[in-house]
Amino acid sequence: MTLQVARTLDAKGLSCPLPIVKTAQNMKELESGQMLEVLATDPGSVKDFAAWSKSTGNEIVEQTQDEKVFRFVLRKK
Amino acid sequence: MTLVADTATAEAVKPAAEPAPVPEHEHEAKPRDILIIDYSGELEKTWATMILASTAGAMGAKTRVFVTFWGLQTFVKDDRRITGKNWMQKMMSFMQRPGVSHRKLSKMNFLGMGPWMMGKLAKEYNVASPKELLEAAQLMDVEFIPCQMTMDMFGLTRDDLIDGMAEPVGAATVIGLMQEGSSPLFI
Repeated sequence: MTLQVARTLDAKGLSCPLPIVKTAQNMKELESGQMLEVLATDPGSVKDFAAWSKSTGNEIVEQTQDEKVFRFVLRKK
Repeated sequence: MTLVADTATAEAVKPAAEPAPVPEHEHEAKPRDILIIDYSGELEKTWATMILASTAGAMGAKTRVFVTFWGLQTFVKDDRRITGKNWMQKMMSFMQRPGVSHRKLSKMNFLGMGPWMMGKLAKEYNVASPKELLEAAQLMDVEFIPCQMTMDMFGLTRDDLIDGMAEPVGAATVIGLMQEGSSPLFI
């Protein structure tokens, strides 16, 4: 079962705070309820995305890891 | 007062009171405003300012950066070489080139070798430069507020500063924001 994502942000290789900053920029362009998929390799992003989700209210609907790539699916509030 | 007595009082008052409103969902609570005072103007601290400001903006917090003293030099347009009205102000800008792309390290500067290596390392590890983060922060509505007194003392005009900066203000505005509950950070 795959989630219907509106777009994918490839943040692989980017260091803090770019994955979060670019996510916020992409999120701005989505409608409420749409989903953004983010791919990141920054190990700090696991905790950072949790904190970002908590303070912005945008939900992490799915979180997976494939080797060194973290994948987040975020739903816009 | 004992717990039992408290409960008894609460029970007695209860029938008259309106039912308490259901508390909002935890993440619905408005995050506190962030207020960064960007004072130093050194490369590493400018970097810290830009990282925190862009992240705070990304996290949806109302974010303001008050730029004062050496910090204001960072916000002079990169292509301005000499600024100021009198010879002392001009001399100061000559001795320390203004602009976000011309910051010096507080240690290991070695006539620019340090910042050059830092820039190389940042590129290699995909770390955004202070300039890139500044632009990202502006896109996320982070407000950069120049200090009026610093502008006067260094002879800087609004036109010397980068586009999109807020109206210059003084210390009272900054203290007022802290009193209203902004989380302050002095860098």
